[in-house]
Amino acid sequence: MFLINCPYCGERDQSEFSAGGEAHIIRPKQPTELSDDQWAEFLFMRKNIKGVQLERWNHAHGCRKWFNMVRDTSNDKIHAVYKMGEKPPIK
Amino acid sequence: MSKNLRITNDKFIDQTSRISFKFDGKTLYGFKGDTLASALLANNIHLVGRSFKYHRPRGIMTCGSEEPNAIVQVGNDASMTEPNTRATEIELYEGLVASSQNCWPSVNFDVGAVNNFFSPLIPAAFYYKTFMWPASFWEKYEYFIRKSAGLGRSPTEPDKDFYDHRYLHCDVLVIGGGISGIIAAKTAAQNNLNTLLIDDKNKLGGTTLFQQNECFKINNTYSSEWLKKEIESLNLLQNLTIKTRTTLAAYHSYNYLLARENLTDHLSLSEKQNKIRQRLWKIRAKKVIISTGAMERPLIFNNNDRPGIILSSSIKKYIDYFGVKCGQKISLFTNNDSAYETAISLNKSGVTVNSVIDIRDKTDSLIVKQAEKLGIKIYWKHTVVNTSGYKRINSIDIMKLSDDGNEVVGKKFSEDCDCLGISGGWTPRVHLFTQSGGKLKFNDKDNVFLPDKSELEQISIGSCNGDFELDSIIKNSVESINEFLNINNNDYKNLEIVCSKELDKKNIWLLPSDKPLGKTKPFLDFQNDSTATDVKLALREGFKSIEHVKRYTTTGMGTDQGKLSNMHALGIIAETAGVKMGELGTTTFRPPYTPLTFGTIVGRNVGEFFDIIRKTPIHDWHVENKAEFENVGQWKRAWYYPKKNESMYEAVQRESKAARDSAGMLDASTLGKIDIQGSDASEFLNRVYTNAWSKLEIGKCRYGLMLNEDGMVYDDGVTTRLGENHYIMTTTTGGAANVLSKLEDYLQTEWPELDVYLTSVTDQYATVSICGPNSKKILSKVIPDLDLSDKEFPHMSFKNASIDNVKCRVMRISFTGEHSYEINIQSSFGKSVWEKCFEAGKEFNITPYGTETMHLLRAEKGFIITGQDTDGTMTPVDLQMDWIISKKKYDFIGKRSLYRSDTIRDDRKQLVGLITDDPKEVLEEGAQIVSETNKQPVEMLGHVTSSYFSPNLNKSIALAVVKNGKKLKGHKMFVPMKNKTINVTITDTVFLDKENKRLNA
Repeated sequence: MFLINCPYCGERDQSEFSAGGEAHIIRPKQPTELSDDQWAEFLFMRKNIKGVQLERWNHAHGCRKWFNMVRDTSNDKIHAVYKMGEKPPIK
Repeated sequence: MSKNLRITNDKFIDQTSRISFKFDGKTLYGFKGDTLASALLANNIHLVGRSFKYHRPRGIMTCGSEEPNAIVQVGNDASMTEPNTRATEIELYEGLVASSQNCWPSVNFDVGAVNNFFSPLIPAAFYYKTFMWPASFWEKYEYFIRKSAGLGRSPTEPDKDFYDHRYLHCDVLVIGGGISGIIAAKTAAQNNLNTLLIDDKNKLGGTTLFQQNECFKINNTYSSEWLKKEIESLNLLQNLTIKTRTTLAAYHSYNYLLARENLTDHLSLSEKQNKIRQRLWKIRAKKVIISTGAMERPLIFNNNDRPGIILSSSIKKYIDYFGVKCGQKISLFTNNDSAYETAISLNKSGVTVNSVIDIRDKTDSLIVKQAEKLGIKIYWKHTVVNTSGYKRINSIDIMKLSDDGNEVVGKKFSEDCDCLGISGGWTPRVHLFTQSGGKLKFNDKDNVFLPDKSELEQISIGSCNGDFELDSIIKNSVESINEFLNINNNDYKNLEIVCSKELDKKNIWLLPSDKPLGKTKPFLDFQNDSTATDVKLALREGFKSIEHVKRYTTTGMGTDQGKLSNMHALGIIAETAGVKMGELGTTTFRPPYTPLTFGTIVGRNVGEFFDIIRKTPIHDWHVENKAEFENVGQWKRAWYYPKKNESMYEAVQRESKAARDSAGMLDASTLGKIDIQGSDASEFLNRVYTNAWSKLEIGKCRYGLMLNEDGMVYDDGVTTRLGENHYIMTTTTGGAANVLSKLEDYLQTEWPELDVYLTSVTDQYATVSICGPNSKKILSKVIPDLDLSDKEFPHMSFKNASIDNVKCRVMRISFTGEHSYEINIQSSFGKSVWEKCFEAGKEFNITPYGTETMHLLRAEKGFIITGQDTDGTMTPVDLQMDWIISKKKYDFIGKRSLYRSDTIRDDRKQLVGLITDDPKEVLEEGAQIVSETNKQPVEMLGHVTSSYFSPNLNKSIALAVVKNGKKLKGHKMFVPMKNKTINVTITDTVFLDKENKRLNA
């Protein structure tokens, strides 16, 4: 059970959060100009890597804010959390 | 009580307070401080159970949580009985009732024991192999196998006990209160760290607690005396919390741990009353120190499972701690020094030690010399090759080992005994370490797996970390603790420690016998009856992975989870397969470490607290008026209101007719309500709904359909424009929370530039819906000063009003197709407004209706229910709702997906109406639809999503999704049922009032 450091509330139990998948997938500004393949790339394709991954999380049972997380999926280590719109602090 | 089996020992056992208990129907006596196991042994009872497969007699084998044999049924009450509890862990209390398991008619005479004689016919995976054929017979086999398998009886009535859950945060958690754990806890607490020390026993001290041997001294006193003072000093520490009778069950990532505290299991029946039985602690520790110690291993030889064969260290605990002799003539069999401690303890207490059989060559450690000095006979380089005695061991056969240890040589000789102590060395308890994700390494010298790498803030100290000798335990523990806690504690630096050192080691996983392997029974897993022979057979049959061998032979799959002898199984597999143990690895240790009761797991979340129940402000009225309720999400919604003996069908028919003929009323408070404000509110709605919102006038309402980004219908509802920058959105009852979180997601992550604020107001408003041709007259009585003319208050508009000076919002919207109003008022007035409307409507026979009638009425109009007529694969086009998709809007959620190659296919399933040829025939929801009846296999074209008998049309109607349904209007189809085939015709989805005349009636 993770201990997640919400950028707005501080450390809270994982049960207060919900995971929202891979981060930094930007919704295309002009979807109508995309081919089926390009749209499918945005809509369906996710990396799901073993190792350090950038993820979206929501403090659903807390401040309800969305934020991003740098997490190693191989050992569940959370390297950093950062607010929406910010660049990942760790490469 | 057999008096001669108790020695006087008032240190740990209060021999003045006698306790009576029942075992297998017989009344017996023990003392306060006894475990059920020690009390049984004191009564000379060894035989306590039968093994799982062969029903062999089995006795108490250990004194702790690793016990595989002495698992008993406690209690005989239908609600309180508990199966599979370990006699070695049950503290004796007045009134305890326990019985043997897995035997019939009794543990002494068990019919199932015939399996033992057939055991050559019952090899590993016998059941898998035998009962496979013919496959259709499995159900018959299963009945008999299930009947003869299984351990213990489940309670048949609800548990009457209380359990609870609590959270605990600490700087340092120390697991295990043996000598290293006590040093760790004391050091941490002394250094201002908030420390929690837990131990599964009722007293701290581990095995050092009763160590009174000349070979183990600290500062010139027995190690037990020294430790006693250390334990006393813990009481002075304010930062330290000690929890005994508390078992660490699970160690999760981020130092999140679950521990079960046993609060009343040791109390007498009257003392237990009205107390919390067990508590689950949810612990967050900044740092964790694991000091869980080690378990003694058995030895694997022919017939090593008889009652009276006990781990050597357990015999020592029974004599030194409980004052109980496990026998009068005890033999010991060992491959290491620790059996000599037992021999010396027994000798001191006046028990005859026949001999120590040691597989090693002669060794001269301090403790061995002491044993020799006491005149204890030792057979060096010998092994036990067989044991005798059916219900209790009575003799052992001994032979000399060859130089390489692979076979026995010389002449076999026998030794009479009534108890055999066995010691195969020590296995560190690394279970919790691996549960937490830690990786193990194999130590060839001691043949043990030890903690290696961990990602968490934790260390293992003491014998669970591979330190087995007193001086190294103290020295290494102190060093590790200092480094881990970043402190410098010198308290233990100058201790004078006397400690016997083990000089020689020898390990043989499977001891040789004078008989070939197939003719012997060297048990590995005592509970599941798997032998070394079974494991070897599995390897011969091609199993390589230990996880597979485990499941095939069931080794390590009992309630003890292989704690006792998994290491031997691994050793034999490695040897047979010719691989190194370090490469082979271990099977996975999963939580819980020892079994937990269901009560502990669920805590207080039972009965009405099992799940959250949401009730509308009008709920009490529905109850008073005999409504039947339906669960919608967490909500209790009025389903229908049966009058007298009405069936559900009759009630719904009556309600549906009344709503269209005169007036009906519905509690719509459960619909999700989201308050939307901000200067970009209109733009926001444009982006989340498929239709256009910018031009919606203030005071008007509009129906909206929300899609997922994949183009599939997600939710729907009416949204009203309350002001220039203010809307109120309604969602489906079940979708409310998800819609809000989806909208928040887009606002926060994709469109942070929009000035929009969302607030859930579902619970703040009660909604009373009145519909039917007389609804206008009724509302005019409730709110006389509101102009209800079609011109002033047309369909799809809203008015602010007040009822008895309480402000409310009135929407003229309709989910039934009738002239209809919804009054939204603050929750606390919901019930009084509902009652007011009901009073006002009485002269028009206003009829309260529930969700079932609501569903019927909307189906007559062909209105969809998301989640019933849609299932996450339906686009608005599939629903024939093309009209709601704005052509002008550049973008909205899901728009691009509406013309993906897959969503524009012609042959997608589309929503249609169905009329049965026989108007009385009502289709079953979920029934499949086909186009031909004489072909097999036939293609399923779709299924029925909603189906009712419409009292207003006097015929059966249904909605369905059918492949290419749009183009099949008028076509005949078939709905095959179990006993008949129903003929149907595909129609339009709107069955009643296609012109919408009733909206303004």
